[in-house]
Amino acid sequence: MTKNGQPTAVVIAALIFAVAAVTAEAKDKVKVGFIGPLTGGVSANGLGGRNSADLAVRLRNTDPKAKYEYELVVLDDECKPNVAVQVATKMAADKDIIGGATHYCSAAAIAAVDTYHKFGFPVIVWGAVLPDITYRNKYEEVHRVNGTMINQNEANAELISKFGYKTIAVIHDTTDYGKGHNEYFSKALAKIGKANIVGTFGVTADQQDFTAELTKIKALNPEVIYFGGLTPIGVRIRSQMDKLGIKAVFDGTSGIVSDAYIQGLGPLAEGTLAFREGAPAEKLPGGKFFMEKYNQQKYDNAPEAYGAFAYVAMDMILDTIETVGPDRKKVIEALSNVKDRDSIVGKITFDDHGQNTVPIITKYVIQDGNFVEWDDSEYASGKRKLQGQK
Amino acid sequence: MDAGLFAQYVMNGLMLGMMYALVAVGFTLFFGVLDVIKFSHGDVLTVGAFTALAAFTGLSSFGFKSQWFDLAVMLALATLMMALLGMLIARYLVMPLRSAPALNTLLITLMLGTVLRESVRLFYPQGANPKPFPSLLPRASLELGEFNLRVDNVLMLTAGVLVIVGIQYLLNRTKLGLAIRAVAQDEETARAMGINFTAIVLITFAIGSGLAAFAGVMNGLYYNEINFGIGLYLGVIGFSAAIIGGLGSIYGAILGGFLFAGLQTVATVLLPFSSAYKDVFAFAVVIAIMAWRPTGLIQEKISERV
Repeated sequence: MTKNGQPTAVVIAALIFAVAAVTAEAKDKVKVGFIGPLTGGVSANGLGGRNSADLAVRLRNTDPKAKYEYELVVLDDECKPNVAVQVATKMAADKDIIGGATHYCSAAAIAAVDTYHKFGFPVIVWGAVLPDITYRNKYEEVHRVNGTMINQNEANAELISKFGYKTIAVIHDTTDYGKGHNEYFSKALAKIGKANIVGTFGVTADQQDFTAELTKIKALNPEVIYFGGLTPIGVRIRSQMDKLGIKAVFDGTSGIVSDAYIQGLGPLAEGTLAFREGAPAEKLPGGKFFMEKYNQQKYDNAPEAYGAFAYVAMDMILDTIETVGPDRKKVIEALSNVKDRDSIVGKITFDDHGQNTVPIITKYVIQDGNFVEWDDSEYASGKRKLQGQK
Repeated sequence: MDAGLFAQYVMNGLMLGMMYALVAVGFTLFFGVLDVIKFSHGDVLTVGAFTALAAFTGLSSFGFKSQWFDLAVMLALATLMMALLGMLIARYLVMPLRSAPALNTLLITLMLGTVLRESVRLFYPQGANPKPFPSLLPRASLELGEFNLRVDNVLMLTAGVLVIVGIQYLLNRTKLGLAIRAVAQDEETARAMGINFTAIVLITFAIGSGLAAFAGVMNGLYYNEINFGIGLYLGVIGFSAAIIGGLGSIYGAILGGFLFAGLQTVATVLLPFSSAYKDVFAFAVVIAIMAWRPTGLIQEKISERV
């Protein structure tokens, strides 16, 4: 910095501190929490969620009408169940933290729900899609703004059956998340009754080599390989399919809807199918507003597929605290009565399990290195064709 | 089973076995000269693969387009850098702990492995995500029924065999190899014979780590994808392979590597239960083998440990 620049900088810094001091004096501080996978293979999604939750807090803090000043406490669940329980306990045990937007990974979320219940800590899940998270127990502390994997797998099975594919091989990771996908996809496919599953393969979530499984699948010669799992092994499986000369359609879930999937595969990603709850940010009712504000903050990472949900989860918690005050019990009570609440992802209604009942599903196909909505794609218009599409 | 399919399984197993064997040879070399287990070996492999990737990114930004030239530079850079890293680890972490219990070396290298792994994740741009690795070998393939014979696989296997033969030649036919074997057999006598002990240890660590880098690049070329976690898994398997082969024996390590790959393939193909259990099966067999032959399949001729 030049010598001339220094005094100005000092003045600005002093001004910032002065303003901060004034607001701090004027309002009570309230802590809220965020948990997601900030490190590890799916950290891109976790960081996108963290930034989005952070955005909700920042916008609220600049709102002169807000009654409290909020501080965001961020913890990393590493997408691992054991770590999730630890950080959930750490957060829930801190009485100053009133509520949290928690978990992208289903395996982490399902492990942590008991902890939230035990401590009476209200959370809104922002990304995990396993139905059991809200439906296994009836915990009044646990809510979820995004849909469940039941909805996306029904849409998936329907689309695959519509194309006239008859033979499908299933690969899923053996966490609760992957097993759930396998279960709901198989059920949905059987209900439609047009296609058969020729083989199901459970793989570990950090496996490197899939050539043995894929060679076995090659012998079964399916038209579609369904994959229930997350981006890192999705990239490996798709890439090794190519090595073995398997030409089936790669049919993924919300777990691979991430820019990291396309970056990891390059041109090989073309023609991959994927599904998720909700709609792309730009098609959401408040998507334009969200992206505008997000870009203003100049975060290092994109909001990724579930950023908008993380924003909504955090925003709902802040809204609730604004109305009922920083009291966990009152927050839980208020959250149990959410009906047709407007948000940037559309109307939100929690059912008696705290599950948002608005199942908008977006179907994607990867076209020229982008996740394109199926109905807008050249595949749907017939200009391009998926492998073996009738 | 269809013959083409069988050939495919054999090919998969051979590729996997080659990578395991290259890692296992490193473990066995380190144990040979210093009687230490260096647990950061797998993560050195990761760093090697990422060095190669960084070299590729650098070369493409300078506009180099020749894939063979790129590959040669990547391999050379990764191998040399990792050889250097291996020497640094030996000089400043492993050798100072020589008089301490062996457990300390094991722990310190285990921790170093974590440091290396996390550093790749945190400091490599977008290091937490899976990274595409360029496919620089010819992509041609021959369809023989169900068997997809790929030129790149054949090239990689050949290169792997050549490297192993080269190491074998180096150890058994050169003066340097003689010195390494002398140090492995008896440090005191070797010193008395005028062998520079420190230099030999450093060279051995350089060779082992260079091998890890080679395996890392091979891993990248084979899967066209690398991530910060590859070394952890390969390290555990390479270590187990070295153990079942008999720590200290090169042939044992190679045998162990291919045996492990074979077990995993067999578990996936022939056993009725879910393929997720293939590691459970493979490691269970390893436990059984160790119970049967505690010093490994190929025992050292002179065992100091009994």
